Amino acid sequence: MIEPIVTFQDVHKSFGNSKVLKGIDLDIRPAEKVAIIGPSGSGKTTIIRMLMTLEEPTSGDIIVNGTNLWKMEKKGRLVRAHEKHLRAVRGDIGMVFQHFNLFPHMTILENCMTAPLHVKKEPKAEVKQRSLEMLDRVGLADKVDQYPSQLSGGQKQRVAMARALVMRPKIMLFDEVTSALDPELVGEVLQVIRDIAKNDDMAMILVTHEMDFALDIADKVLFLDEGVIAEQGSASEVIEHSSNERLQEFLHRFRA
Amino acid sequence: MNNWSWDVFVDAFPKIIDGLAITLALTIVCYVFALVFGFFWLFIKMIPLNSLRWLVTWMMEFIRSTPPLVQLFFIYFAWPMVPVVGFALDEFTSAVLGLGIHFSTYIAEVYRSGIEVVGKGQWEAAKALNFSKRRKWTKIILPQAIPPTIPMLGNYLIIMFKEVPLASTIGVAGILHIANSYGAQNWTYLEPLTIVAILFLILSYPSAIIINRLEKKMNRRFDKKETLTRSKGATA
Amino acid sequence: MVLIQAIIEIFPDLTKGLAITITVLIGAAFFGYLFAFIAGLCRLSSKLFLRKFTGLYVEIFRGTSLIVQLFWLYYAIPMLFGIELGSNWWAGVIAISLNYGAYMSEIVRGSILAVAKGQSEAAIALNMSRYQRMRFVILPQAIRMMLPEFGNYSIQMLKATSLVSLIGMEDILYHGNIIRSTNLSQAPIVYLLVLVFYFILALPLIFLTRKMESFSKKGVASG
Repeated sequence: MIEPIVTFQDVHKSFGNSKVLKGIDLDIRPAEKVAIIGPSGSGKTTIIRMLMTLEEPTSGDIIVNGTNLWKMEKKGRLVRAHEKHLRAVRGDIGMVFQHFNLFPHMTILENCMTAPLHVKKEPKAEVKQRSLEMLDRVGLADKVDQYPSQLSGGQKQRVAMARALVMRPKIMLFDEVTSALDPELVGEVLQVIRDIAKNDDMAMILVTHEMDFALDIADKVLFLDEGVIAEQGSASEVIEHSSNERLQEFLHRFRA
Repeated sequence: MNNWSWDVFVDAFPKIIDGLAITLALTIVCYVFALVFGFFWLFIKMIPLNSLRWLVTWMMEFIRSTPPLVQLFFIYFAWPMVPVVGFALDEFTSAVLGLGIHFSTYIAEVYRSGIEVVGKGQWEAAKALNFSKRRKWTKIILPQAIPPTIPMLGNYLIIMFKEVPLASTIGVAGILHIANSYGAQNWTYLEPLTIVAILFLILSYPSAIIINRLEKKMNRRFDKKETLTRSKGATA
Repeated sequence: MVLIQAIIEIFPDLTKGLAITITVLIGAAFFGYLFAFIAGLCRLSSKLFLRKFTGLYVEIFRGTSLIVQLFWLYYAIPMLFGIELGSNWWAGVIAISLNYGAYMSEIVRGSILAVAKGQSEAAIALNMSRYQRMRFVILPQAIRMMLPEFGNYSIQMLKATSLVSLIGMEDILYHGNIIRSTNLSQAPIVYLLVLVFYFILALPLIFLTRKMESFSKKGVASG
């Protein structure tokens, strides 16, 4: 049995009075591809945002690589993690956002190079070469000196993926990465994700509405409903053999 | 702090307060003048004559980017000396003209921005509904253009209030002028100038808060993002 | 002809004040931007004391008149503390820079807050530290938003430098006043020329501001 790279233990999250997540337990093993599906507002995005340290859980533990993400030991007690601890733990995690969030004041190449250069302090020549390779891999080798505003949505999202990949994360998070795209641009982005899923051995967590795609590449599918994981298992288990009524209803609506 | 004297403070305070009426009156009159004169700029720029528009644009730019203090001096000291058209003006009137004209160029911009807020679709809608010109302005354009400008205009009232002490340089007996005279007579500027500063703070700070609230309310009503108007457009 | 002759006579006298006007402007702009950044960042600090303290500074200087502040610094401060600010040059520069620093700190704060939230989230996802997020992602975009405003405020500061003539500095306006007092009938030409002088100084700032306006439209994700 391989040790999980990410573990959620009874994680709750509330925003004000509304409880978004009501006890999430979850194990993700290295190189495992996990798809999170479910109706909007069910808390899918919140799960990966907490893992990326963009949102603090209300209670419960998130363990990354054997280290508690949001808590640290101080004088024998577990206290709320400070920035330095978060930075040390989240270094293995990368994320791609729904709205790309490219840095508009940097060229495509600079977007990819800034973090490895300044965060990981790697040599410039090496970072540049790796960035160019990644941009080539996502099919944007000819755009490296352009600015994000000059690209289409699909191209922006591919840059965002290259930018995350250059950091060599062990865990990649995808937050509804095709939701903000025009329908005709969805394909090129999914193609890149498929390529990553096939060729890279990092763990991937995808929050997505692209049902068929998720089922195609995911080792494990989670169905999130009203703040809890209502169903989980392999793609075929969840899709074809589940008796969960809400899941069937949800799938039916998406397949229609 | 050994030079601070409460006796001087108590002695100077009522004298300076006496000047408050002039300061406030000058503020209001200057402001009203600027509001009216702002329309003048707006209308003159609407005349479809390119050379005129160009000239007016640069005139406004000239007035806006040169010191109001010099403009004040020009009107008070120089205008009476201008051949043929020149005539002498008293201090108060000079201050009204000098500061009023200076600020009218800013006020005109506020009016313009208000009209620009009204989207193109609204004009087209008015056209499509076959409104008369008058009804178009009174029913559609102005009701939308005016509210967003109210906080900006209020803001300029506060700015005007803070600029009015410039008039003390030509002898308008507002609070700053009285404080300076008191200082010169009694050889102590500390207390009188501190009183002036406190008076300004007491009057402008609450007004600024009210304007800020008003602006937030307007932004909510018109579904706009927070603007920086409160900090914009200060002049000296 | 008389007019041209008068201009030729007055012009060189006014240029004597140019150095003072320009050095006061440069000094005031330098310290003004500095105060603006320090105060703007302090108001976004997580330390309550820093926030309140800088808030007090901003409200006091925005709530009172520049001319009152100038007189207060020049006349009252030496009386209050028994210290001189060194010279009237420093009194002028400090008054103008503290006043406009307070106004511009709001621009700094507002611009930083206006950078879209997704930008700092993306920077977190790339594991940048708080400092790196500010340095590489937030500030470069916020500064683009600030530039046109800073340009506008430089013009305001140029106008404000004319106040230093009131505390005995020999700037353009001061020399204009001197010429007028010796020849009252020349007052119109003198003040018109003074205004033209200021306008010529303002022109590069006006064009720079317009340029920065178009520059700042690019390269910012705001929301």
